[in-house]
Amino acid sequence: MNTVDLALRNLLRNRRRSLATLLAMVIGLSATLLFGGYAGNTMSAMETGYVQLHGHLQLQRRDHFLYGSGNPAAYGIADYPRLIEQIRRDPVLAPLLTVVTPKLQLGGIAGHFSAAHSTNVASVGVVAEEQAVLRDWDDYGAASYAPPMSLRGTPADSVVIGTGVARKLQLCRELGVQPCPAPARAVTAVTAAPTASSPALPADIAALSAQEARPAAAASTPGSTRIEMLAATVQGAPNVVGLNVVKAENFGLKEFDDSFTVLHLAQAQRLVYGAAEPQVTAIQLQLHHTAQMPAARARLQQLLDGEWTPRDLALVDFQTLAPVYGQTLEFFDSVFGFMATLIGVIVLFTVGNTMSMAVLERTTEIGTLRALGLRQRGIRRLFVTEGLLLGLAGTALGTLAALGLAALINRSGLSWTPPGYVYAYPLQVRVWGAGSMLAGSAAGLIAVAGLSAWWPARRAARLQIVDALRHA
Amino acid sequence: MDPILLRQVSRTYPLDSVGVPALRGIDLTIRPDGFTVLCGPSGSGKTTLLNLIGGLDRPDAGEVEVAGQRLNRLGDDALADFRARHLGFVFQHFNLLPVLTAAENVEVPLRLIGTPAARRRERVRELLAAVGLTDPVDLGDRRPGQLSGGQRQRVAIARALAAGPALVLADEPTANLDSETGAAILALMRRLQREQGVAFLFSSHDPQLLAAADDRVFLRDGRVTAVERSAGEVAA
Repeated sequence: MNTVDLALRNLLRNRRRSLATLLAMVIGLSATLLFGGYAGNTMSAMETGYVQLHGHLQLQRRDHFLYGSGNPAAYGIADYPRLIEQIRRDPVLAPLLTVVTPKLQLGGIAGHFSAAHSTNVASVGVVAEEQAVLRDWDDYGAASYAPPMSLRGTPADSVVIGTGVARKLQLCRELGVQPCPAPARAVTAVTAAPTASSPALPADIAALSAQEARPAAAASTPGSTRIEMLAATVQGAPNVVGLNVVKAENFGLKEFDDSFTVLHLAQAQRLVYGAAEPQVTAIQLQLHHTAQMPAARARLQQLLDGEWTPRDLALVDFQTLAPVYGQTLEFFDSVFGFMATLIGVIVLFTVGNTMSMAVLERTTEIGTLRALGLRQRGIRRLFVTEGLLLGLAGTALGTLAALGLAALINRSGLSWTPPGYVYAYPLQVRVWGAGSMLAGSAAGLIAVAGLSAWWPARRAARLQIVDALRHA
Repeated sequence: MDPILLRQVSRTYPLDSVGVPALRGIDLTIRPDGFTVLCGPSGSGKTTLLNLIGGLDRPDAGEVEVAGQRLNRLGDDALADFRARHLGFVFQHFNLLPVLTAAENVEVPLRLIGTPAARRRERVRELLAAVGLTDPVDLGDRRPGQLSGGQRQRVAIARALAAGPALVLADEPTANLDSETGAAILALMRRLQREQGVAFLFSSHDPQLLAAADDRVFLRDGRVTAVERSAGEVAA
């Protein structure tokens, strides 16, 4: 019979009250953990998606991120193959890397001549084989939403477009895009001839378009997936290439899906740089683990501050490239903090009330123990231990409940569509393995339970012995 | 042990906005090895006097000296330690801890003074035997709720003696017992007082107890009106 044993026996005296207190803690903790697990899984999935898309780090020309989007002429990285080779051979970086690959970002207009439709597009030129490696990254075992790299192994003039782009270009039937209802009103056709609402194209652009259109039109038989892409070259002149759409992919966010196209790097470079030296707008670096970012960043910064200084490059991480990641993280953190605080307050009052009742009921026992020679601190210790034991039991049961419920939810097949997304994600809760969340929540709950017991314990310890012994 | 000395001890309790004097300038010497009873009508100050001698309360004025220690000079922790080492208590309502077995209740004072586990077990066995709780069946493993009133008071007496105190204070120890059980408990305490050389100080109305006492201190309205000592001495 030591303090812990005595505290445990006292808790078991009033089982119903102890169980009610435990239940409040179990429900509170499991709700917090389930939300935290859900938020954690969402963040892991988001991180996975962004790392698959952008890599962990990118080398770009300084200010490209803020000012250079759609301006590959001003923000191109020349002699990029040498840089990539240097990164691949670097003794610090090499062991950290899964892949390092170039990317050219450009803007243009995609046209489907046979349907006489066009739309503005944001395009990237990539090395398909290396992008496929990029998309294989899955450090968290998260549900991956990245489709397989359809451009891989396709001819040089191939392009993958968003399903939204396919709809706009009236390529749904050819590419099997669903759903794709016919537009309620006629869409204005792109023609070289002037109309009241569309002025005549400049002669040079019209000639270029016609030149590209001839073979395209020739191939534009029913079922054809040929499109043309128009972009400005580094000299400011318009340039057009004919491309064959190999697949329409759903790129997630509707705004993205409505304008995104992916083509082979060489083709994109031909469109932007023509006969000039080809460049890229970014070098993507993907690491084995996100935790390796500080080491990789430090080494790259060393190179940037040293021999790469004249290249005027900057290092950008995926959190910067996708600000929504940090915003979502902050949002989840604030909701989690709010929930945890609310539940902490509930636990504080529930345990505090239980302990106050216990002090009231056991006043004579407190007086007896004090008379026998137990110091005030011994009384405080006894009641705080009871609070801590309640906290421990609530933590253990709450964690088990959260793990069980998480397993049920994960196997339920439930799904939801996040705001702004065009398809549903599986509803997953990641509690198992979320060590810091489990440890933090457990420590928090036990601390709150101990703290709740402290005030009644202090009151018990300060009771006048003779008053306590007289208590009926 | 040194005698218990009280010098000009007063204690007043607040009642609403007025003070009710419970003890008024008590001067008293209680011998260290006797079987002494404090007697008087309700409200005469018996329990207050016991509480002050037991270090459970502090006087408003005057000095209480027990076992050579002036209790007024001790802080709360030191006073708690003093009670644990030098004093034993027997209460009218037994005041056993209901979640502990009889043996564990007896063990509490031994834990408080840091007695090693093996010695504790031995001492508990001795005491339970001394108060008659091992024959014919061992009652040490029963909780207080499973014991009769007499058995509970025996456990309380064993607990009071556990740490080897110099003085056992008992507030109306037979008041909640029938006369037969009360007599048995009284006989037990008398025997243990002699065997263990411990002083017993009671408050009681019980005529059996008054008759059995070595010394009797009479109180009325917070004052000592008479002291009868076993040698027949009478003091006012």
